[in-house]
Amino acid sequence: MHELALARSLVELVDDYAAQHGNRKVRRIHVRLGVLSAMTRALYFCFSSASRGSLCEEAVLEIEEVPLTVRCAGCRAVKQPSGRYNFRCPDCGLPTPDIVSGREMQLATIELWPPDSSSRPDRAIAADERGERLHA
Amino acid sequence: MCAVCGCGHEHDHQAHEHVHDDHLIAVEKSILSKNDRFADINRRRLSGDRIFAVNLVSSPGAGKTTLLVETVKTLSRTMPVSVIEGDQATAHDADRIRATGVRAVQINTGSGCHLDAHMVGHAMDDLAPAPGSVLFIENVGNLVCPASFDLGEAAKVVILSVTEGDDKPLKYPDMFAAAHCMVLSKIDLLPYVDFDTGKAVERARRINPDLQILELSVRDGTGMTGWLDWIAVNSGGGERPGPSAFRSREPVAVQVM
Repeated sequence: MHELALARSLVELVDDYAAQHGNRKVRRIHVRLGVLSAMTRALYFCFSSASRGSLCEEAVLEIEEVPLTVRCAGCRAVKQPSGRYNFRCPDCGLPTPDIVSGREMQLATIELWPPDSSSRPDRAIAADERGERLHA
Repeated sequence: MCAVCGCGHEHDHQAHEHVHDDHLIAVEKSILSKNDRFADINRRRLSGDRIFAVNLVSSPGAGKTTLLVETVKTLSRTMPVSVIEGDQATAHDADRIRATGVRAVQINTGSGCHLDAHMVGHAMDDLAPAPGSVLFIENVGNLVCPASFDLGEAAKVVILSVTEGDDKPLKYPDMFAAAHCMVLSKIDLLPYVDFDTGKAVERARRINPDLQILELSVRDGTGMTGWLDWIAVNSGGGERPGPSAFRSREPVAVQVM
């Protein structure tokens, strides 16, 4: 249910923007997810049902995974821990609660189809693009 | 230069979207930004009224309601207290709170697995918590989803009962990472279960090195004073501190292991 709530929030947010920009259909959505959110597969899975009947129904969802990085107070540097939940500096071993990246659940960009719907490819091409992305 | 698209413009992607051409909109907003907006409204309202709001989370059956019932019985003698209860169905929990004489509102989430900030805002309208009071929000029993949804609370408290596994912090890390305080509950049952308190604490701190940890048993009263002190210290002890006291999301520890 959590992933569905997230997918619905995403669709709602994107739809608001698309509505503000001439009620145009959405071609592509670029999302940044931190590895700590562990939502990539779940969001892909829920997106098609959450987007049904919305302006993003035919959109390609692109998810970029953001790695976990932490700031080590001992080394005074940003480090990448060895495991997803191993919040320790990989070099000096100090606990590193200061997370720099890895928690993001960010809508980065939205690409819209041109206002004239006749200039966009048909549904089949959009579906193919989404299929490629899903099976990549 | 804009780091999103390299367009050469100076603009703040956090504050507003930027249309780079007719088709591409750089949004740069949290997917949960709508919930976060409602949470900010709740937080402003709570701090404006000097209300200390605690979001209680745990798996089902960890003892959230039992802890709350005993907590509000004692706390309501010295300061105004109210409760928002979240469950998939029934008003059983709100009824248990009301039986103590404390005001409570029940939210039923239906198929939803967590409370969100919008629901809590409406529940606050109904409940109208008193200025300078403590507001407890008992979330739906679930260690996954409520971790992501900010309700506007000042502190998130995760309850882990000793009848559960001591590896829960590792199995549900997001919740333990998001919490300010972990309450180990039902410690009167420790002689009868295989729960290793040391391991649970070490595992929770591995996920969240700053986590404050309290141990208690509602049944025999062990540790209840420490828990009530934690609330008193973090809520300003009824001394009506200014709103800035609640702005910090770093509650003070009173009994840290």
